[in-house]
Amino acid sequence: MIAFHGVTKKYGNSMILDDISFKVAPGEFVSLVGKSGAGKSTIVKLLIAEEKPNQGRVLFGSAEVNKLSMRELPDLRRKIGIVFQDFKLLPTRTAYENVAFAMEVNGCPEHEIEELVPQVLDMVGLKDKQHSFPHELSGGMKQRVAIARAMVHRPDVIIADEPTGNLDPHNTWEIVNLLLKINELGTTVVLATHSKEIINKIRRRVITLDNGKIIKDEEGGRYILD
Amino acid sequence: MATTLARIIKFGLQSFSRNGWLSITTIAVLILALIVFNGLIIFSAISRVAVTSIQDKIDISVYFKDVAKEDEILKLERAMESLVEVKSVEYISQEKALEIFKNDHKDDPTVSQALAELQANPLLAALNVKANDPGQYANIVEYLDNENLASIIEKVSYTENRLAIDRLARLIDTFQNSGLVATMFLALIAALVTFNSIRLAIYSNREEIGIMRLVGSSNMYINGPYLVNGIIYGAIAAVISLMIAAPIVSLASPYVGAFIPEMNLTNYFFGNLPILFGYQLLFGIFLGGVSSTIAVRRYLKV
Repeated sequence: MIAFHGVTKKYGNSMILDDISFKVAPGEFVSLVGKSGAGKSTIVKLLIAEEKPNQGRVLFGSAEVNKLSMRELPDLRRKIGIVFQDFKLLPTRTAYENVAFAMEVNGCPEHEIEELVPQVLDMVGLKDKQHSFPHELSGGMKQRVAIARAMVHRPDVIIADEPTGNLDPHNTWEIVNLLLKINELGTTVVLATHSKEIINKIRRRVITLDNGKIIKDEEGGRYILD
Repeated sequence: MATTLARIIKFGLQSFSRNGWLSITTIAVLILALIVFNGLIIFSAISRVAVTSIQDKIDISVYFKDVAKEDEILKLERAMESLVEVKSVEYISQEKALEIFKNDHKDDPTVSQALAELQANPLLAALNVKANDPGQYANIVEYLDNENLASIIEKVSYTENRLAIDRLARLIDTFQNSGLVATMFLALIAALVTFNSIRLAIYSNREEIGIMRLVGSSNMYINGPYLVNGIIYGAIAAVISLMIAAPIVSLASPYVGAFIPEMNLTNYFFGNLPILFGYQLLFGIFLGGVSSTIAVRRYLKV
């Protein structure tokens, strides 16, 4: 489903990703682990074509992501649900409207939106907050809205880039459990994190990055960095 | 497509109402720009009437000798009417000239008495000629300056008033050209100020635009609502600017009328209200729409 083939990314003279290759199969839960600056977020950015590699190929299904035109990008991004560390919610829209937006840009009919959005908000525990604006929600609530937005249009894969980075331990586990639940329902999940606790507890496939290189790719892996 | 359009309009209206202050300040700037635009249209109408009024007052008179026969004069009148430079020719016979003279001096007993003592009519028959353009009098005079006509023409008033007519013609030309340049310059400034104001409004939403792109929004979904916003700004600003202009025009009308009696500013304004509103609406919507589209574009490269 997702494949990186010999991908290199540099910012100026600084090497961020150095000839990395890996594949993610449909239905997998993969954690990208590494310290700050290891290249986790760059992998996410390459996958959603926010950045282009200097060398190598990034594949999503049959599409070569780095060769897509600006016009083709929305189609790719609609197949991916993204959860960011800083939530990236639309500040002038309510929780309901933020979630509905992902369906609206997908061209979903109104009745489907009206039916599905409350269900998904209920699933992330925010049914009673659907008319609240982001500034009226706590960090954990905002991240749950972001997850609801990422999953509502049933994407092939959900990519979460440090989704618990700004959250307290309680909210962290709520978010991780939500991602595990989404994965159990059949959606591929790629989680970029530097949290030792999360990695050691969930025991799923772990790709460990250090200085822009993959130093370990292990099923049921543990956190190996100091 | 209908659903997409409906959603774009919904997002546009939503963003307009939820960004209240931003909308108000942008509309305020647009109102200023439209008042300038409105002022320029009205100024151009006033100056057109003023120029026509001045041009109408300029003419030359061709005076004929006593020996000139009326049919010769009328033949020349017809010939002159066919000249492209000539707007109108009016024949004033000796009798009519006397009648006009008497009428002009009916309150002056000295003149009336002097005329009564005269046995013959001392005034000459004349053709009053108006040109389409004051700069063309020289050509008309040139046409009259030939040997065949020398036997019947006594004098042409242009020769006496040439300096004043030429100066007036140059003045009108300069006024019209500088008016056009000033209009374009002010319209450009108004457009730039509006563009900048909308650009700043969109700049404050740049992060939101990036988020929309990242969650898979097409450019149309992002651009569309801003375009709708721009159109709403333009339409509201057009209505308000005319509401502001109406009382100002009514107040200024008597003063303009004192200078240019042919110009009734109130009548012009209210008589042309639908056209003025149309211009304002087009200018406002164009400015709002184009500014939004250009300003959003640079944030769509995510």
